[in-house]
Amino acid sequence: MHIPDGYLSPSTCLTLGTVMLPVWYRASVVVKKHLDLAQIPFMAMGAVFAFLIMMFNIPIPDGTTAHAVGGVLIAIALGPWAAVIAVSVALFIQALVFGDGGILAFGANAFNMAFVLPFTGYYTYQLLVGKSVAGSARSLMAAAVGGYVGINLAALVAAIEFGIQPLLFVAADGTPLYSPYGLSVAIPAMMMAHLFVAGFVEGAVTALVLKFAWRTSPELVRPINGIAVGGK
Amino acid sequence: MRRYFIGLVVLAMLTPLGSLAEGTAWGEWGADELTTAFGYIPQGIEQASSWWTAAFPDYSMSFLGDGVMAGKIGYFLSAVLGSGLIYAVTSLYGKFLRKTDSKFFLGQKG
Repeated sequence: MHIPDGYLSPSTCLTLGTVMLPVWYRASVVVKKHLDLAQIPFMAMGAVFAFLIMMFNIPIPDGTTAHAVGGVLIAIALGPWAAVIAVSVALFIQALVFGDGGILAFGANAFNMAFVLPFTGYYTYQLLVGKSVAGSARSLMAAAVGGYVGINLAALVAAIEFGIQPLLFVAADGTPLYSPYGLSVAIPAMMMAHLFVAGFVEGAVTALVLKFAWRTSPELVRPINGIAVGGK
Repeated sequence: MRRYFIGLVVLAMLTPLGSLAEGTAWGEWGADELTTAFGYIPQGIEQASSWWTAAFPDYSMSFLGDGVMAGKIGYFLSAVLGSGLIYAVTSLYGKFLRKTDSKFFLGQKG
């Protein structure tokens, strides 16, 4: 899901990067206000976890690969705004040092994996968890579904970003300037990889690590309500 | 905290397994793969392909050589290097946010 440079038009990159500026600002404000100093190492370990889990490429039947992100896990454990920062840092180093995801496309990749993914996953979890106890079967199921939904919505948004390129940007000779596949190819390809494979991995990773964290360090993870969303 | 750290070390040691899968993620093809698939490279992709060269592209460390084993070791060393960098950047930024009474974050004192 790491869009390289050249696949999205500069205007697409600029638009999504601009959208991310207030998101990063808000994330910084909320983390500053609500995260304990003792939780900072956990946010950093969450970022490392996201980086490492993204290195596990899973084969997809069509010959491509996909991977989990770990962002929903961080969102449930430390709050979605902490996940924005943690996943953004991982994506930044991936782009800068390892060429995984473009530099110009950093804003787009952050929008997909560090914003859409943790927030949609987190709200799905909140919707399903109800008043159940952290670590209960229902809470773990809610976390797993949250992971599944979060990564799939992120993949859908990425597929739309890819798919609108040939509709909007065509060279004088009629060939696409950027990503050549339209929505009818991009959406099925991205969704097949994530609906059938990577979504289940994201869900399993989210529930398994949370099960461990809720048991071993309940004081550091926010079991049900998360850090105040929107700074409330 | 120690248990989480050990968990991350184990995960890092397992990363070479993550490079076993053949193929490229959808939409992340390099110029050569696109040429094979289409017979041409879209102009925008061609222009962007050379302007940024990462130190360790695709988690590979070229100084180790070309072999399969070199690829696995490079992937693992990339996991270690990336983890260190990401831990440092995230915790420094987190501490910066928590500790500074920055005027940049309007009205968010302490």
